[in-house]
Amino acid sequence: MKFFISFILTILLSFAACLFLPWWSIAIAAFLVAALIPQKPGKSFLTAFAALFLLWGSLSFWMSNNNQHILAHKISQLVLKMDNPIILVLATALIGALVAGFAALAGSYLRSTKR
Amino acid sequence: MRIAPFLITAAVTTALVITLNTRLTIGGKEAPAFGSFLSPQHGFWQNAEPASENFNADLTFTKLNGKVDVYLDDRLVPHIFAEQENDAYFVQGFLHAKFRLWQMELQTFAAGGRASEILGEKGLAHDREFRRLGMMYAAEIALKELEKDPVIISECDAYTAGVNSYIESLTESTLPLEYKLIGYKPEKWSNLKTSLFIKYMAYDLASHDDDFEMTNAKSFFNVDDFAKLFPAIQDSLDPIIPKGTVFEKQKVFPVAPLNADSVYLNSHELAVSETSKPDRENGSNNWAVSGSKTKSGAPILCNDPHLGLNLPSIWYEVQISTPSFNAYGVSFPGAPGVIIGYNDSCAFGNTNGGRDVRDYFEIKFKDDSRQEYSFNGQWIKTTFRIDTIKIKNKPDFIDSVAYVKLGNDICPVMYDKSFSGGRNTNNKYYAVRWKAHDASNELKFSNMLNHAKNYADYSAAATNLHTPGQNCVFACKNGDIALRTQGEWPAKWMGQGDFVMPGYDTSYLWQGMIPQDEVPYQYNPERGFVSSANQKPVDETYPYYLGRAYPMYRGFEINRRLKNMTAITPQDMMALQTSNYNAFAEMAMPLFLKNIRENDLSGEGKKYLEYLKEWDFKNEAASKGATVFELLWDNFEDAVFNDEFAKAPKVVMHPFESSLLEGLLKDTAYKFLDNINTPQKETMADEVTMAFKKTTDSLNKAANEGRLDWGKYKATHIDHLTKLPALSRLNMGVGGGVHNINATKTTHGPSWRMVVSLTAKTEAYGVYPGGQSGNPGSKYYDSFVDQWAAGKYYSLWMMTKEEVGDKRVIAKITFNKN
Repeated sequence: MKFFISFILTILLSFAACLFLPWWSIAIAAFLVAALIPQKPGKSFLTAFAALFLLWGSLSFWMSNNNQHILAHKISQLVLKMDNPIILVLATALIGALVAGFAALAGSYLRSTKR
Repeated sequence: MRIAPFLITAAVTTALVITLNTRLTIGGKEAPAFGSFLSPQHGFWQNAEPASENFNADLTFTKLNGKVDVYLDDRLVPHIFAEQENDAYFVQGFLHAKFRLWQMELQTFAAGGRASEILGEKGLAHDREFRRLGMMYAAEIALKELEKDPVIISECDAYTAGVNSYIESLTESTLPLEYKLIGYKPEKWSNLKTSLFIKYMAYDLASHDDDFEMTNAKSFFNVDDFAKLFPAIQDSLDPIIPKGTVFEKQKVFPVAPLNADSVYLNSHELAVSETSKPDRENGSNNWAVSGSKTKSGAPILCNDPHLGLNLPSIWYEVQISTPSFNAYGVSFPGAPGVIIGYNDSCAFGNTNGGRDVRDYFEIKFKDDSRQEYSFNGQWIKTTFRIDTIKIKNKPDFIDSVAYVKLGNDICPVMYDKSFSGGRNTNNKYYAVRWKAHDASNELKFSNMLNHAKNYADYSAAATNLHTPGQNCVFACKNGDIALRTQGEWPAKWMGQGDFVMPGYDTSYLWQGMIPQDEVPYQYNPERGFVSSANQKPVDETYPYYLGRAYPMYRGFEINRRLKNMTAITPQDMMALQTSNYNAFAEMAMPLFLKNIRENDLSGEGKKYLEYLKEWDFKNEAASKGATVFELLWDNFEDAVFNDEFAKAPKVVMHPFESSLLEGLLKDTAYKFLDNINTPQKETMADEVTMAFKKTTDSLNKAANEGRLDWGKYKATHIDHLTKLPALSRLNMGVGGGVHNINATKTTHGPSWRMVVSLTAKTEAYGVYPGGQSGNPGSKYYDSFVDQWAAGKYYSLWMMTKEEVGDKRVIAKITFNKN
């Protein structure tokens, strides 16, 4: 249950923060959720990682799909040196997931005590 | 709290964020900051415009005086309906920014010598070159001039306000893609930037010169050889104003200096050259046929300006409808108004005048401090312009440029000991006299043309166009056609400005301008058409010297074809505009075929010769003969001239193709055929056979790469302004070539094709190799490219207010005054 709430909260808070703040506000969102809702550090990492992977992955896929992947074809050649919109979506998702995951880990360690 | 793990993970997170927020250099190239670039809510994904994008909007601005409705059609062409004329320019500025901001700003950065701010140190040579040419100096003078004109300054103010209203609305998310890629933000637009853009066009179209190359050629070759290599007269020339036309009485009499022969024309002193130059073939075609030659009985006007092919395109299509005029055509993102197009009464278009309006004067300073220079036997004090060039990630570069007063003209000393354009200057000083430094008001020209109702209006409009001088074609619903070889041109004596000139006395300076009533023009000529294709405008009876560097084969072919055409339809004109017929090849081929010794060729060589023999002189995409001819000509030219030029200075003029061809047609024992390094005397047959053998090797290589077809060999591409291949259109595989009416070269060609039939209801067609949106993430980014490549046109829609319900309208943007 904690996992699910943290997961949803991280998504919502990240999305809302990015409407007004720079991209790295996802780290703050993940950190806060992990600090407020205590989970084991590994689980906190996974929760935030999965949340941002899903958020950034689905947002970018949705935008790219609406765009008929016109831009993703070009940017993937530019950045990844290969023409593959889906890998670009996955790369986007991974970057967001990593940042959020480590931020959540830090948030979790803030609250956790040694067993 | 578990302090150690917390600190470690917090540090890792911070480091990760900082890394992803930094522009890293990967493999020698600077990459965008991946965090912000990939963030779906901030980065490039935001530029992935939905294919079904809804462009409808209802906007309010304090700067407007009335209401403006904009209807976007299915090609994303805006049809602007404004209650007040200046509001239309506000909206045009807003739309230029909305769809083309990055390109607009980049062009003015380049024009003003500020590329280093974006590119870093690699832009510095460009920036110094442009500043030393006096681009900013010229733009400031032009701005002062247009500020004196209440109509034009209020037009510019409205345009600038429109651009800035859009810029102010931008957020990190909505920035154009290129800003995100390169990592900077747009600054405010200004009237000075509009003025700089116009000077950028002057640079592109009216700054070409070969003065240093010609000076060096003159110093290397003897007088006879020089005259043969660089003839001032072209035999096959069919000038813009037909031979035999009687010109207005001469009023300005330029006098050659007394010592011109010894000190200038026959002097053998070496000079140097600049690094980069605008394309010499910045040419174009335009013509108008009168009703007597058309099927409908109404005049037809055609224009296709040839410029560098880029994405986003230099052009942006627009209709502007105000209470005072209603015009349709292409505009420059960066300037208000319609540049080439038509209104409810007439049509107008331009080709480049291409005359030499940039000359160099050698300056003698008292010492290296450049404080005083010698002029008319006196030491005169220099003024300095201190340019601070900002460089990305580096300290500023301070450049001090000396400005000298030569007669009444203040000229920058472009090349000196600190800047030689990357070459050896022999430690000399060269001031540049460029016509674009003179005050003029080119926006008045397009403003008045947009309003023009008849020939008198057109003529009055045209005299405002000073630099870049253009061949301005005109046609009117009342049946009039006309063409002015317009510009404000220096009145030169024979040979003036062909070479670098002495700058120490008055006698070598420009002595005056050709009066506007002596500008050659044609108005309703008997032959029923007017045309221009950058050839020399007049024959030898015109009293002023116009230089010797003009391409002539496109003009020759256009005139020959128009002369024989009757009952012309717009479709005939499209076929002419896209014609790949090569008049140059037609004249050169008999010489080749007569002289190639077939028996000396290999089996493959014989096969290629067959292609050549069967060739129909058309540079079609699928033509193999065209590839053989073009390569053969290049190798032949090398075979003829390489021996003579082997020991020439590196910076030297090479003869024009027309000079070699006409030299051979006149004299089969053309002097330069002989290879001076061999004891025997080579003939035409020797040289062309040798060139053919060399060509065979290149053709074998091309064949192996599957590039024997001309379109594949030429491989026309349309590059994004960053030259990033992913954002460009490569290997277009289209036909055409330098001497074809369809002058599509590898990166250069017809940038807008337009045909306007001035029937009661105007029938107009047009296409440009780009798209209305400058956003590489939009489906409108390159949506016209395939149509252009296929030689097809769009029907241009001069929309009326009654047609707002037409199915072509995809969106409406309303601009309300606050």
